[in-house]
Amino acid sequence: MYRILRKEKLAPGIWLMKVMAPFVARRAMPGQFIILRVKEGGERIPLTIADYDRQEGWVTIIFQEVGLTTRLLAKLNEGDGILDFVGPLGRASELDGLKRVLCIGGGVGVAPLYPQVKYLWEKGTSVDVIVGARSKEYLILEKEIRGICNNLYITTDDGSYGRKGFVSDVLKELLDQGNVYDRVIAIGPLIMMKVVSEITKQYNVPTVVSMNPIMVDGTGMCGGCRVTVGGEVRYACVDGPDFDGHLVDFDEAMRRQRMYREEEQHICKLMEKEGL
Amino acid sequence: MAVNLNRVPMREQDPEVRRRNFDEVALGYTLEEAVQEAKRCLQCKKPMCVEGCPVNVRIPQFIAAIVEGNIEEAFRIIRQTNNLPAICGRVCPQETQCEQRCVLGRRGQPVAIGRLERFVADYCMEKGIEDEVEVKPNGKKVAIVGAGPAGLTAAADLAKLGYDVTIFEAFHEPGGVLIYGIPEFRLPKSLVKREIEGLKKLGVKILTNVIVGKSITIDELLEEGYKAVFIGSGAGLPKFMGIPGENLNGVYSANEFLTRINLMKAYDFPNSHTPIKRGKKVAVVGGGNVAMDAARSALRLGADEVHIVYRRSEAEMPARLEEIHHAKEEGIIFDVLTNPIEVLGEDGWVKGLKCIRMKLGEPDESGRRRPIPIEGSEFVMDVDTVIIAIGTSPNPLIASTTPGLAVQKWGGIIVDEETCATSKDRVYAGGDAVTGAATVILAMGAGKRAAKAIHERLSKEE
Repeated sequence: MYRILRKEKLAPGIWLMKVMAPFVARRAMPGQFIILRVKEGGERIPLTIADYDRQEGWVTIIFQEVGLTTRLLAKLNEGDGILDFVGPLGRASELDGLKRVLCIGGGVGVAPLYPQVKYLWEKGTSVDVIVGARSKEYLILEKEIRGICNNLYITTDDGSYGRKGFVSDVLKELLDQGNVYDRVIAIGPLIMMKVVSEITKQYNVPTVVSMNPIMVDGTGMCGGCRVTVGGEVRYACVDGPDFDGHLVDFDEAMRRQRMYREEEQHICKLMEKEGL
Repeated sequence: MAVNLNRVPMREQDPEVRRRNFDEVALGYTLEEAVQEAKRCLQCKKPMCVEGCPVNVRIPQFIAAIVEGNIEEAFRIIRQTNNLPAICGRVCPQETQCEQRCVLGRRGQPVAIGRLERFVADYCMEKGIEDEVEVKPNGKKVAIVGAGPAGLTAAADLAKLGYDVTIFEAFHEPGGVLIYGIPEFRLPKSLVKREIEGLKKLGVKILTNVIVGKSITIDELLEEGYKAVFIGSGAGLPKFMGIPGENLNGVYSANEFLTRINLMKAYDFPNSHTPIKRGKKVAVVGGGNVAMDAARSALRLGADEVHIVYRRSEAEMPARLEEIHHAKEEGIIFDVLTNPIEVLGEDGWVKGLKCIRMKLGEPDESGRRRPIPIEGSEFVMDVDTVIIAIGTSPNPLIASTTPGLAVQKWGGIIVDEETCATSKDRVYAGGDAVTGAATVILAMGAGKRAAKAIHERLSKEE
């Protein structure tokens, strides 16, 4: 069992959990993820590492309640244990040698973006950040990120906070104003990463996106997480999760993401009936 | 008395019944049947069968004990060289190993060595008989990477020699391919769990959810006081064919399909939370044991029609004859000399498999006759699920994080065949991580050789 040291509600349905996992914390790097199983009979799901402390041996995960497993996870409290928790998985993000980076996070994607912003800032990189959320109450990690970047731009879909609109609106403006970045890092919903990549392609700005496809083992064995990148099949778990946004086949990825939607809805309904 | 040239048949579940359940197909011998079969053994002075066994089980001796009705003694004899008899009796390809060398095979059917091994193991397990091993701890730590057949075997042998053995397993459950790959109907998981419990009684520690190469490296293990490391990390990335449509929804690698079913118990959805697509018409591409396992599993999930699609003829199929036979009995359709060229889709989901007929030409480098496409013979197979079972390539995680570990161009770890020693001091390797996808017993044989070599090396040190 992997003990939950802290649980915090960041937004409606979005939770932060600090989990004791020394084998993960000792080698974790920004961009990597873990796979967990809440309880016996449970599914294995990947979640990106949001923070870690090597000495104290803990790892932070931030997740949104979407399917059954994340709902079951949200039921756990401080002091409870998660049955299985393995990592760090995937390649670390390549963040060295950059001068000026624009980091873009959408929704709960801001969570995996945070350790990358932090790493870049600590290395003395100039970092601008755009964060997007549905509305003010869904915005996460604003305080944490504000202190570690040069400029923070916030957008909300309904205009309840920051600018009304999408992260892509700000991105376009920044590029039109002549801001030069040697990389854009975008993490969020597939559609957001797709739109961002389409814009940056027009401006020729190298863009890295973080893919979070359906996985089983996460160690390069099942092949379920395959993503087409530049016409070639790559495995998000061992080749990624970071890929060149200009080469990723997002339409295929969105389709694959929906593979088990029926089953997910079915099992969630069953659980609701049983009073979850 | 003339020897009966036919072996005692083993009872099996009726194909019509078993094709819809995951219970074990073969039901095993009774004591009477086992004794009757054991009596067929000629007790050769120079037993060729033993040479055919990768772990050199003392076959005539254990069979003689069965004839005497002393099953406990037979068990003790087998366990001297084989730690996992209940498993080997079920999944070893005996027909190309021990049984192939049996002299009876020249005139009739060879002694059913595998079935007898299975009988002895099951009999003793049921009666709760265990072989007593006295372990004298020597205080030396050895790390094993991967709790599959190679790792479990190396761990058992080393533990019996007194080593302080820790196995590091990436999955949440030990067993490797015995748990995630081979289906319940061929190898009940309760057996694997019993064998692993036995290992723990020998003092072996198993740490699950630790990925060597990610959570900890080989060098770190050596720095932490492990005197030797054995890598039995198994096969890795599934191969795909590189044809259009392979990323459509409804295309699985056999690894993923079988892992969802076996390890994650997707057949029990929604009680088990892992989903799987239950295809109505399924094509499995490949002709090995894994392809047979995937096809028979698809049938048990409720498919109306399951095809094996293989580009050569049945004679070239790498699967065991018994598996092919069982698959056919259950109604799997064999489309041989057929090669897929495209997975057809509709709205992102598999809609069909476009194939071309093949004919056999001259032998290729594998010695098998090369399949050649017959021009203009394309046709579409009406399926909603495609499972690709054409093998795996080695997992890159360990090689990429272990400086000084030499690997083949295709990724397999390079070892000395006799000792399983790698290019790196104190590091040994065996099983699929070395050979590419092979059999359980070959992996176990490597685990045994490595354990012996590690002991020879470490017993010279203080």
